[in-house]
Amino acid sequence: MNQYFHSIRIDEDKCDGRMKCMRICPTQAIRIRKGKAHILDERCIDCGECINVCPTGAIVPLTDPFGELSRFRYTIAIPSPALYAQFGTRILPDEIIAGLKKLGFDDVVDMAFTCGKVSFAIQEFLRDYTGPKPVISNSCPAVVRLIQVRYPSLIEHISTINVPREIAAREIKRKKSKRYGLDEKEIGTFYITPCPVKMISIKQPAEKKKSFLDGAISISDIYGPLLSAMENVEKKTSYRQALKSICILGLGWGMAGGVCRTLRLRNSLSVSGLNEILKVFDDIERGKLRHIDYIEAYSCLQGCVGGSLTVENLYNSYNKILKLIETLEYEKIKACPDIRDIRRLYADNYFFKTGKLEPRPIKPLDTDLAAAIHKRKEMEMIYENLPKIDCGVCGSPTCLTFAEDVVKGEASIEDCIILPIDKRKEIKKMIENESNIENKKDKKTKKESKNEIKGNRQ
Amino acid sequence: MNHTEVFSQNFDITGRDFSRAGSISSKIKEVLQEIGIVSPIITRTAIAAYEAEMNVVMYARRGKLTFTLTPDMIQIKIEDEGPGIEDIEKAMEEGFSTATQEMREMGFGAGMGLPNIKKNADKFEVNSVPGKGTVYNIIIKLNNPDKQ
Repeated sequence: MNQYFHSIRIDEDKCDGRMKCMRICPTQAIRIRKGKAHILDERCIDCGECINVCPTGAIVPLTDPFGELSRFRYTIAIPSPALYAQFGTRILPDEIIAGLKKLGFDDVVDMAFTCGKVSFAIQEFLRDYTGPKPVISNSCPAVVRLIQVRYPSLIEHISTINVPREIAAREIKRKKSKRYGLDEKEIGTFYITPCPVKMISIKQPAEKKKSFLDGAISISDIYGPLLSAMENVEKKTSYRQALKSICILGLGWGMAGGVCRTLRLRNSLSVSGLNEILKVFDDIERGKLRHIDYIEAYSCLQGCVGGSLTVENLYNSYNKILKLIETLEYEKIKACPDIRDIRRLYADNYFFKTGKLEPRPIKPLDTDLAAAIHKRKEMEMIYENLPKIDCGVCGSPTCLTFAEDVVKGEASIEDCIILPIDKRKEIKKMIENESNIENKKDKKTKKESKNEIKGNRQ
Repeated sequence: MNHTEVFSQNFDITGRDFSRAGSISSKIKEVLQEIGIVSPIITRTAIAAYEAEMNVVMYARRGKLTFTLTPDMIQIKIEDEGPGIEDIEKAMEEGFSTATQEMREMGFGAGMGLPNIKKNADKFEVNSVPGKGTVYNIIIKLNNPDKQ
């Protein structure tokens, strides 16, 4: 069984080994073996970049089908604020919520309001914060995984305020089970997700605690049915009235920079796109960003509106949220939770995450340090002999990763078809010689240690 | 077998090349992760290497960085061709810097470079000939992860 759950799967029938996914993967987690793409479990952080580029649709997100709802007696939709950005500018959250109810959900949580609560909680958290700076937002599970895998020293920077989707699910489950006398297990909470990675935080939360969400339905799956359902929604309120019920603080959660902007945090940064995040995280590790209080980091460009399971063009949806925030600012509409309530809940630890984040480093070349150093030398030797053009034909994304795969025994030097045949043979011989030396050394040290034991006995 | 395994890599550093500054310490970090060195040591090494690399980028014409790893320790040695350091003792003081206004505006030259290397290394030596160049020798021991 796999140690790590992943929310994407490759459909081998559809995959034609075209390497687009392998090339774009920011953590080098994809290999092409025998003409089909494979995901390396320990490296994959489920960011979903590969889904966007696959020309044959062979990379399938493992979100829940709509039919999952029938497993529960009472169902609740918890839509990501990115869903609010998928429709025209005149369509406000209340209409979308009504549409979701028409689709068969018994209730819908307005995430803008819950997100607003969490925004206030973040403000409270930052006020008394004395730990390492900057604090990094934990909202994007791909970013949290990235830190666990590649930046373990930044784990202490990750915010310990729970994410809105979990807080919403926990609260509504308790409320509904009380009101209807149902067991919490009979109530199904479904996140309407813009990306596959949220699925992971449900099935295998990073802190190893159970999630209060029961599943995730992708925006792209629900979009069509929701659009038709919304056509039949009877409009009870005018546009202006509906506007007055929107919590401005929560809207920003759907896009990069939105939380910092609506909270008016002065020393904050917003980063989106994994390759940009890598640069910023390098700087944090070097201690260069200590003057920044808070960083919003999203693996998708422009934040959740850029998720791989959204429908609308990400710049359009980004703009829709931005314009809506500007309108609310202009109209001085807040409709936010009462800060005094939030402070009371904050003091009761309502917002804090339980459980501890552990590093999840990639398996080293060898568990024995000296052997690992030896293998790294061998890897360098192989790499020096490779063409260094990163063509990917061998099935590894770069010449360096190919060298690593050869050393780990997961690929053969023969797979590099750019190298002349005699050169390949030469390298193969060098590798064999190396491993022979290694074996002899091993035997020798074993003998030596045996002698030592004998010596001790005498 | 322990003392025979040595991994070593050389890198060239170009003075004033701010856009690529930091790339060497990132590469060193990657190697240490592949080998499975514990995270606090990787962080200390990356910071020390970065600060030393930056010193060359900011002040020298060019430099050579040699990264060496054995089962006992990490060594980062840099030799640069540049103005050298007049008063090493002074340069080791926090806040002392000869950076130009322009560099400071870019966020560099806060006078924390050498002190930061010293803080993160188990052993740190600087030798310099003014007008010629500087040699930095940084040692980080692998059996001492909890320094600081």
